[in-house]
Order: sequence, then C-alpha cells, then structure tokens
Amino acid sequence: MEMPLPDAGTLARKSDIVARLTAALPPGTVISDVAETRAYECDALSAYRCAPLAVALPRTTAEVATVLRLCHDMRVPVVPRGAGTSLAGGSLPTADSVVLGVARLNAVLETDLPNRTIRVGSGRTNLSVTGAVEADGFFYAPDPSSQLACAIAGNIAMNSGGAHCLKYGVTTNNLLGVTMVTMDGTVHEIGGAYLDAGGLDLLALICGSEGQLGVVTEATLRILPKPEGARPVLIGYDSSEVAGACVSDIIKAGVLPVAIEFMDRPCIEATEAFAHAGYPDCEALLIVEVEGSPAEIDEQLAIILEIARRHDPVELRESASAEESARIWLGRKSAFGAMGQMGDYMCLDGTIPVSQLPFVLRRIGELSVQFGLKVGNVFHAGDGNMHPLIIYDANTPGQQEKCEALGAEILKLCVEVGGCLTGEHGVGIEKRDLMDYQFAPEDLDMQMAVKDVFDPGWLLNPAKVFPLAASAVRRMAAQ
Amino acid sequence: MVIGATGPLRIVGGGTRSFGVAQGEVLSTAGLSGVTLYEPGALTLVVQAGTPLAEVEALLAGEGQALPFEPMDHRVILGTQGTPTMGGMVAANVSGPRRISVGACRDFLLGVRFVDGAGRVLKNGGRVMKNVTGYDLARLLAGSHGTLGVLTEVSLKVLPVARASVTLVLDGLEPVRAVQALSRALGSPYEVSGAAHVAAGQARTLIRLEGFAASVRYRAERLCAALAEFGDWQVVPEAADIWRDVRDVSALAGAGDIWRVSCRPSDAPGLAARVPGSDAVFDWGGGLIWLRAAPGTDVRAALGAFDGHATLIRAAPDVKARLGVFPQSAAPLAAIEAGLRARFDPRGVFNAGLMAPAGGVI
Repeated sequence: MEMPLPDAGTLARKSDIVARLTAALPPGTVISDVAETRAYECDALSAYRCAPLAVALPRTTAEVATVLRLCHDMRVPVVPRGAGTSLAGGSLPTADSVVLGVARLNAVLETDLPNRTIRVGSGRTNLSVTGAVEADGFFYAPDPSSQLACAIAGNIAMNSGGAHCLKYGVTTNNLLGVTMVTMDGTVHEIGGAYLDAGGLDLLALICGSEGQLGVVTEATLRILPKPEGARPVLIGYDSSEVAGACVSDIIKAGVLPVAIEFMDRPCIEATEAFAHAGYPDCEALLIVEVEGSPAEIDEQLAIILEIARRHDPVELRESASAEESARIWLGRKSAFGAMGQMGDYMCLDGTIPVSQLPFVLRRIGELSVQFGLKVGNVFHAGDGNMHPLIIYDANTPGQQEKCEALGAEILKLCVEVGGCLTGEHGVGIEKRDLMDYQFAPEDLDMQMAVKDVFDPGWLLNPAKVFPLAASAVRRMAAQ
Repeated sequence: MVIGATGPLRIVGGGTRSFGVAQGEVLSTAGLSGVTLYEPGALTLVVQAGTPLAEVEALLAGEGQALPFEPMDHRVILGTQGTPTMGGMVAANVSGPRRISVGACRDFLLGVRFVDGAGRVLKNGGRVMKNVTGYDLARLLAGSHGTLGVLTEVSLKVLPVARASVTLVLDGLEPVRAVQALSRALGSPYEVSGAAHVAAGQARTLIRLEGFAASVRYRAERLCAALAEFGDWQVVPEAADIWRDVRDVSALAGAGDIWRVSCRPSDAPGLAARVPGSDAVFDWGGGLIWLRAAPGTDVRAALGAFDGHATLIRAAPDVKARLGVFPQSAAPLAAIEAGLRARFDPRGVFNAGLMAPAGGVI
C-alpha cells in the first residue's frame, strides 16, 4: 500500500514541534522518544507499520484542542487514535505526523437512566460503557468483536457494527451527540441527550468519517434495557445455497432474530480443530439467536425451527441451558483465533445483498482455488456483511501481495453484485485504492469536498479513505 | 433544469410538507415514480423519489412488511393537499411514534441518488444493510429539506409488520406523572414500540407493545403490573387508529401555531409549561413535544435554554418569516453548515433560505 512521502521539512523540525507541544501541555502528555513512539506504529492491520513523529495523549477536550491548534498552525498532520484496534489501518501513522490518542479521555460523564442515555469520554472502551450501566439493567447495543479493547472514538470513526446489529443497528443508530474538535482547534457541540439533532445531520456525517473531519472527545450514547434472556439454535446444512435460502425465509417470516451468523466448511473445520465446540460435519452452519422472556423465545424459536426443518437440515440443535448456549457460540466466537492458528490471515468486510449469498460464496471458492490460498467465511448473514478470512504466510515472499490481490478480487465481486467494500471495519488504507470501483470520480469528489469544509488543510488522518491519486490535487493545493 | 437555472428552485415532491418559506420556480419530482427493486427476503426497497408513499406502503403490505419508522402524514395538521412522496419523506426525515424503538427515517436509509447544485448526478450509500464505505452523505441529505440536492432515488430497509399489537391506556395523568410512567415502560425489557401522552383535551397516556400474540399478551400483563402505581391500565387490542392520531398529531389539528420540540424526555413537562396557554402532545416517551401555541408566540424565547431544539411547523407566513422555521446552530457549527451548503449547491439554487439564511449567489 502506497503512502505519501513524509514531508522532509516537517521531519527536520521535529525537535521544535515536540518542544512547542510539550510546553503547551501538562507533563507526560507528549511522547517523542523513538523507542516509545514505536508502540504506536500500527493498529490491528499490523502488516503496515510506520512510527510517528510524536504522540500526544491528552486528558481533556481543551488539551485535544491545544494539540490540534498547534499542529494546525505548524502544518503537522495528525492521526487520531482510539484503542488502535482498526483492521483497516484507520490509525496508521505517517512519519511526519503526530498521533493524537484519546485513551485517557475515558470517564463516564453522565448517566441518565430515566432518559436512557450515557455520556462518556471517547477513549472509553465499548464494553465498559455497558459495564457502567449493566447493574441497572441496561446495555450499549453495538458490539464489535473487539469490544473488550476498542474505544468509542474508533467506533464512531468507523461506524462500527457487531453481531447483534441486525436488531439494534450500528453506531450511527445509537449515537445522540458528540463534542468534536476540528483541526483548527475549534470545539463543537453537536446533538445531545435528545433524538434527532437540529440543523443538518452532522452526526451522521461524522459517524464513519474515519477521523478525517474532527476528533471526537465526548459522546452521548443511547442505552437500552437488557432483554430478559436470549437463546441460540444451531442449524447445519449440506449446501450454502440452502442455508442462504433458510436465512431469507426466516427474515421474510417476520421473526427478527438478534443475530444470524453463518460459517462455511473451511471455517467449521478450523474451529472444530481449535475449539472442539462439537459442530456438525457440514457445508454451512447457521447460529440464530432470539431474545425475550422464556415464552417469547419458545414462540420465536418454534417458527425458526419450522422454517429450518423445511430446508432439510443435517443438524438442528436447540439450546436447553446456558452451558449449551455457550457451546453453540464457542466455535463462532473463537473462529478468528482458530483461523489464526492456520497462518496469518486477512479479514475482509464486504457487504452484499442477502439474495446474492450463494453466488458470492461459490465465486469466493473458485477464487480461492485460483489464487491457491485458503479462504474461510464467517459472517453476519442476516445483513449480508461477509467476513472472508484469507489464510497466508507473511514470511513466504510474495504471499502477502497475493493475499491482497485475492482480497481485492473478492471485494470487487461484492461491489459487482450490488454490495459495498466495507460493512463495519471502514476503508482506512486497506480499501482506499478500491474506492474507484464503488464510486464514480464525482461521487468521491463530493465526499472530498466535505473534508475541505472541516479540514481545509487536509491535515487530519492523512492518506486514508480516498485513493491518493484522487486526493492529490487537494493535498497539493492545501500545502 | 438545475444546470440551466437562473434563479432559485423550490423542490416539490407531493407538496404536503411545505414547512418553510422557500421561493422560486417549482422543480417537481413527480415524474420520477416507480419501484426500482423490492426484495422482501432481504428487507430492501429501492424507489424513485417521486413515488407516492401510499403506493409503497400498499406494495409492502402485500408482503406483510412496512416502513417501520411510521412516517407521519403532515396533511392533517398543515391542511395541505396532494400525495406524500418517498423523496419528501426522506428529505424531511419524517418519522412517527415507532421512532422511539426502531429509529428514525434516516436510520432506515441505505442509499440515495441525487442531483447537486451543479447538476451532477451523484450517489452515496447503496442497497445493503451495512455500509461504511466513504462518508455518509445519504443521511446528511435526509433531513436537509432539499437544501443540499434533489433526491432522485432512495434505498430503504423495511421490516416485517408485527403480527399482534396492544395498547395500554390510562386517562387523567398529569404530564409529569405520565412521562415518568412512559420512562418506566421504556426502561423495562418489554420492548415498548410507542410511548405517548396526549395532554390536549382529555389527558390520555398510551403505551404500545407489538410482536407475536402470546408474547404481546405476556408483556402487557407484566407492564400493567410494573406500572400499577400510576393507575389501572386498560389493555386495548390493535388500536391502529389511536396511533395514527398520535402519529399525525390529530389532537392539534385546529387553529394555532404548531411547534415541534425535541428534548430530554424528563424535561418535557416543564418545557411545555413554560409556554402559557399551550396544548401539548408528548410522543417518544416525552422526547418529542408537539405544542400548539397562540398565533405569533415566540416559543423559542418562552422555552429559553434547554437540551434540544424547536421547529415551527405551522404558522402564518409572516410569523414563520419573523421567528424562523428551523432552529439555528451555534456560530462555529453554522459556519460548517454554510460551508457544506456552498459545496453541495455553490449557486444557492435549492430551497434558498429554507433552513438557514440564503448564502448563495442566485
């Protein structure tokens, strides 16, 4: 992946830049020692690494504003960072940038149970938002797999989803307000503890803008009452087509499960070898989970099982206890780890219309053979969000390039059938150069024009989202 | 038409939601009609912007599905004629009582095709459920009231219609107690899909439960017990007409100005009381107040500072011109909004002056 050449002038000014930041901020806020900045050289897309010029770890919105204003005045690029769990390289630094980490802004600022909202510092981890209201019977719905580690700031930047968003929506559907600092150091208050912010829907624009419009320091989030209970069923089929048809029929029947997860044979075999969850030997496996009181769960599962039986399953397993539920989820939850045992892997994130599922799975199988790399599929079937995992060996010369080429082919396939490049991980640097497949030049131009408004100098999170060639004129003009 | 425009254009779908005071030659989307794609098994709908909403609702009903956010019909309070369109619904981000549980119109928007102020045909989003590819311009256009571009096609997620529905009804609660009851219900695990208090006329508190029959029955019993301290709740089956009246704010259909206030639910009773002589309908558990005030009342001034905002939905043109229809953002944000308008519509062609002071050159 090509990154822009670091600005030699900025690199030469390093000591001056660090000195100005250090002088304006409390002790311990700015890191510039090469050994220490290396900890920020990459995120979860660890194939790409580049240590930044310096790292700032402010504790308050005012300090964030100071960092941004100084960097703006010195024309130093800034790479915002939540917890560094992006799979798309969303917080990959450039050598001439300052990484602005929000991890220290992690307090619960206000909990308002009667109005079902919580306001937190954006560095707070996703799971600890739920942790703050769990004892009162509430939870925060979006649940990305990385929820133990990932920060709300990153969730907002990437508009993160999760396994349960079929029912509860993704981040943009659960975000009510933000405090955001633009690159020039201006602090903005957008929305709040009420529905549908006034004026233009800037919350929607900020959510998923990959930290390129501003740095979110606080967020007001919608919290929901916890359901009385949840129970999964496991359904095995001898073909992906049949499993896909079953998913479609469940949705059409008017049942709204909280999750419909799909695993294919390579993935089932890998997880069995790794986690011994007792999954059946079959081509496709569905885990369908419903929520409610025991009676409600029975009623919904009866409908789902009736549909499942109609499609002639090779296995049908209804959980009768918490242990059995955990066992059903065990394989799914360890799927990434299991695939990781087989080698290095690249996790894709394209979304397709659910009706195209069988065709796309067949084509991925063909491409896998053609490129000679194993691909396992584990994904959120209810909303068509695929997660093909390509297994490769990073130490074999040429394998990473081959893996990336296969990944690009799969993502192009997603776009061709009416889908998109990324459903919940974001574009980052990983899918940046494929944006031309999904968007016409004028579509990208309009998006870049939005960035012009928030960040006219193009300093915030450089080299992400837009193909370098598409943004070249703007970046040159900004200098 | 956009490229050739020499003066402002007023974008009109069905002409039923003319809140503002936009000037100019009419650009009608009526010719853009028809369903491009409907896949019930994928819960996906793609339609041309000028397609009548009623036509789409009938199509969806045939498959047991619906637009879950329950778009209100503004004709009831505005007295407008015509047929609401899909484009108008999205442009005004129109939702109804179910917004409290499932989300707003914009939450179900998957993608748009639109024409910008330079006459370029652009697209954003798509037709899939999850999509974070590039910036979310689709939702930015939802609720922009045609000030950023002319919607030509919209893609939406739809949902199955619930098989059964009941409504818990209690008469005579004061607004403060009513909102407490609604908050209690919405904070329970019983999946409330409507929570309203009609204070205008006979005070009536309404809580809706939807789903499968046995489940709805069970939840109604539990909720009546949990809310027993507020009174003896009556359980009414179906009650579609009650919720249509809440959705369309029928209780305020008579004379007077109508304001729409978004706020913290627990602030709602106090806020409504700050406007003397007003009538109120509280929806979204109190988070949405419909206020009917004496003609010409500056409700924003009466409300003072609060977490939220107020929009003037119905008033005489001179009152709308004096008080402004839409809430204005704080200075730094207003500059960003003006910047966005200048990028989407450099000449200020679309619905000039509708949401913010006209800044274009036409």
